Amino acid sequence: MLIACPYCGPRDVAEFTYQGDANRPRPDPASTDLDAWNDYVYQRANPAGPHREYWQHSGGCRSHLLVTRNTLTHEIAGVAFVRSAPVPATKPAPAAPRKRPASRKAKP
Amino acid sequence: MAEYSVFSLLRNGFNANRDWAPAWRKPEPKAAYDVVIVGGGGHGLATAYYLAREHGITNVAVVEKGWLGSGNIGRNTTIVRSNYLLPASIRFYEHSLKLWENLSHELNYNVMFSQRGVINLAHSPAQSDDFMRRGNALRHEGVDAEWWDRDRIARAVPGLDVSASARFPIVGGLMQRRGGTARHDAVAWGYARAADRRGVDIIENCEVTGFLRDGDRVTGVRTSRGDIAAKKVAVAVAGSTGRVMQAAGIDRMPIESHVLQAFVTESLKPTLDTVITFGGGHLYVSQSDKGSLVFGGDIDGYNSYAQRGNLPVVEDVMSEMVALFPGFARLRLLRSWGGIMDMSMDGSPIVTKGPLPGMYLNCGWCYGGFKATPASGWLFAWTIARDEPHPINAPFTLDRFARGLVIDEKGQGATPRLH
Ligand SMILES: Cc1cc2nc3c(=O)[nH]c(=O)nc-3n(C[C@H](O)[C@H](O)[C@H](O)COP(=O)(O)OP(=O)(O)OC[C@H]3O[C@@H](n4cnc5c(N)ncnc54)[C@H](O)[C@@H]3O)c2cc1C
Ligand SMILES: [Zn+2]
Repeated sequence: MLIACPYCGPRDVAEFTYQGDANRPRPDPASTDLDAWNDYVYQRANPAGPHREYWQHSGGCRSHLLVTRNTLTHEIAGVAFVRSAPVPATKPAPAAPRKRPASRKAKP
Repeated sequence: MAEYSVFSLLRNGFNANRDWAPAWRKPEPKAAYDVVIVGGGGHGLATAYYLAREHGITNVAVVEKGWLGSGNIGRNTTIVRSNYLLPASIRFYEHSLKLWENLSHELNYNVMFSQRGVINLAHSPAQSDDFMRRGNALRHEGVDAEWWDRDRIARAVPGLDVSASARFPIVGGLMQRRGGTARHDAVAWGYARAADRRGVDIIENCEVTGFLRDGDRVTGVRTSRGDIAAKKVAVAVAGSTGRVMQAAGIDRMPIESHVLQAFVTESLKPTLDTVITFGGGHLYVSQSDKGSLVFGGDIDGYNSYAQRGNLPVVEDVMSEMVALFPGFARLRLLRSWGGIMDMSMDGSPIVTKGPLPGMYLNCGWCYGGFKATPASGWLFAWTIARDEPHPINAPFTLDRFARGLVIDEKGQGATPRLH
């Protein structure tokens, strides 16, 4: 697999560090919405097909990159600097803190 | 009675193999079953067998997209052990190991389970402490674990580089003598035959493309060979979990699919009679009964459904192998392949009722689902038959992430590529 770094050009995948799924909407840091945080930390769409994901060119220019790659074929459709790419919308904090769902009260 | 005796081998040898009976039938799917199991890997087949054998539920179909054994059950490096750290994991995998110990006998099918021992090598005082702690946790739960020092390992494993000048010198290792290997294909075939003999329909080349619903409730499956109604639908599709759950309207799961590669060398004379794992990186190697070395290392580390990996991991695995056994550098590689791993967010599996009414879910096996096959099937069958988990799989729920009850052996957090 070669990743075409917009700064360095096409480089071997060994030079890059995978940073995972780029589609996870991160809640506002002030949010106390447990479901939204659970979603962000633990839930993944895990598609078979095109996948937007973060890589860092850690063995090169160290840029953070947004890569669109097909998980069925490993074909790369696009690479961009993260700073110039749209990030998934930040979920705003809800007006009033939500009640904890009943399931969380259960004893471990 | 063994069905594959010396006499039947001889007779078939002399008459062009015309007398063998098929090990399982190839039935047409019926319109309805009590239980439909999606996925004919090791776990789906074991589940069907234990549903019939332990719970008397025989109106069961296993629906498999390809051929039996085309998934991870036929692609793994066959290592079986129960030497985990956390009590929930130890109990789960030890239950499995106990089932392994009687499996060939129970299925009347030789799964070639070989308790040749598994040695986890440690390469620093800190790692030794960590492994000894795990050994103590195991003994506390009544599971065998022994600390072996370097000299003992050197005597038991000739060819291993135990010199002090190695890049990661070997300090000692944690030995589980009851661990070992089994023949993966035979496990699938043995469970398939035993389930079939108890009346389970095994339906190959039948892909589940959707679910029949009555409101929220799952009432059957849509397949490439027509709709099949079911009182209960059990999903055990390992690396395809995300795709199949999406067909049920569950868009997001605590799972990422990753590719893991494995390697086999040309055959050589008996040279390695235990399973060795390298603690300086990630490598596990054993010698098959045919003489090949079977080995693997890390997953490639990015989301993948491709069933093939890339060269950096190949290089990594080879260099670790040669660091441990310098003599193996002269061997030629015969084959390599990849399988799709259902990597969960804490590295532990999910065996549970739900998440929809009428549905049951078995997934999240990461690297370690082969050794789990008997217990996974046994516990999943229990959960399906009784509509509640057995105490051993009760901690392995889907909502444990939201509830803060993760079972994270490595303490790695929600980073599937590192589990
Ligand atoms: C290279 C490699 C090495 C490994 N080494 C080890 C090891 O040493 N020790 C160990 O314990 N574990 C190991 N594992 C892990 C282990 O193999 C898996 O965790 C385990 O086999 C998964 O369970 P299974 O057998 O049911 O999966 P599978 O055999 O993958 O079964 C899932 C089945 O579901 C079917 N399916 C998927 N989608 C559908 C659909 N829509 N409709 C119908 N059927 C469908 C698939 O075709 C497949 O046959 C390894 C895995 C790999 C890939
Ligand atoms: Zn770069």
